[in-house]
Amino acid sequence: MRAIAKRSMLVVICLLAAGCATDPWVKPYQRQHLADPIMSFDRDPISSAYGHHVYQVREGARGAEGGGGGGCGCN
Amino acid sequence: MRAAPREAEEVAVVATRIACAGLLVCAATAQAAVLPEERGDIMYHRYDGGGVTVDGPAVLVRKNFKETYSVNASYYVDNVSSASIDVVTTGASAYGETRTEYSLGGDYLYDKSIVGIGYTNSDESDYTSNTWYFNVSQDFFGDLTTLSFGYSQSQDDVYQNGNPDFEGNIDRHNYRVGVSQVITPELILSFNYELITDEGYLNNPYRSYRYLTNPLDPAAGYQFAQEVYPTTHTSDAAALRVMYYLSWRATVGASYRYYTDDWGVDGNTFQLTYTHTLYDNWIFDIGYRYYDQSAANFYSDLFQTPSQDSKDYRGRDKELSNFNDQTLSLKLSYARPVYYRFADRAALTLRWDRIWFDYEDFRNLNDHSAIPGEEPLYDFEADVYRLLFTVWY
Repeated sequence: MRAIAKRSMLVVICLLAAGCATDPWVKPYQRQHLADPIMSFDRDPISSAYGHHVYQVREGARGAEGGGGGGCGCN
Repeated sequence: MRAAPREAEEVAVVATRIACAGLLVCAATAQAAVLPEERGDIMYHRYDGGGVTVDGPAVLVRKNFKETYSVNASYYVDNVSSASIDVVTTGASAYGETRTEYSLGGDYLYDKSIVGIGYTNSDESDYTSNTWYFNVSQDFFGDLTTLSFGYSQSQDDVYQNGNPDFEGNIDRHNYRVGVSQVITPELILSFNYELITDEGYLNNPYRSYRYLTNPLDPAAGYQFAQEVYPTTHTSDAAALRVMYYLSWRATVGASYRYYTDDWGVDGNTFQLTYTHTLYDNWIFDIGYRYYDQSAANFYSDLFQTPSQDSKDYRGRDKELSNFNDQTLSLKLSYARPVYYRFADRAALTLRWDRIWFDYEDFRNLNDHSAIPGEEPLYDFEADVYRLLFTVWY
């Protein structure tokens, strides 16, 4: 029974995943707003990186800013 | 008695294979990921507040090749002139220094995955940092979901100007994961988590804590001694962000980050943004950010006694105290197509941030008339300017 349950769960997961892939709930022709640069979390990477640096050196908190890389390179 | 379960099991196996095959076929026909856009940025930045001025240029260039490879390089300079409250109240003289940072990175696109690596070097007269980083992102489910993870390793060397015998080292590791999810045609959600560990010489060799000369008589005054920090530091940060598109070509964004570490600092960051487009070429942004944190458990504005040994930690860094800050941001950008040999579009962006820092347990020692521990609390405002010129090609 446990094996059946596991396989059933796998089937459900795969079907859900396949369902998402074949029929995404946001169609490609509905994505013009998502593609607009103003929807970006990081519209100007060089400016965002500088902004994170300003806060990193003056606040105790750090991390999860959303960008890649890492390393403040400062004390 | 066992036939029925076995039959069901075989059906499940077949169904599993069909579903998995379907997933693979469907995934292969969906849209692929794309590399970051090709652009060059030149920025002038300036920070002015609390007796500290930092300014300098920054350059970032990205170029793609064959729609598969992308390289980026950056150059960044901080020209620091500091007469901060830490400097002037501990008897040190104002100083100036320059920090220069170089970075080189590359990305490789394969179907729906992007793999990126990079290296950053930062150098100043008393601090050197070298960082390697590695990032992977993968699109799923019709490109509505992007999963990413990354790792960075830094090796820092700490020096003290005027003391050639001093040298400290720091090993730093960053582990991060993130997921970005399209919820509706107008709504995106993003979640990021990052774990950072440091080990080594973690305090500032110039900074001091203060303690009472006579614990039974504060009026007798106080003395300074060099800070004593733990040699390890581990932090967790998790952030949730949302962005919503409004019908008049504008967006509202919101984010929250929770931070905690093993030094006892807990922080909360809230942020709200509104982006508005004007005519075809102008973009206007306004933002508000609020941050607060609790103090590290070895922080005090005024200790009763000096440190007894290397495990008796003492810190008076205001960044480890109990405080909050608030930021108001205004940003205006003008972009237009250009008809030049290699450029498609150019933009000029000006951004101004005003930050109010308000300390709840860090006192202003410039007031020499007060009894130690009864000086007024410290606060200051800072202005941050960014002037950015961007070219897309």
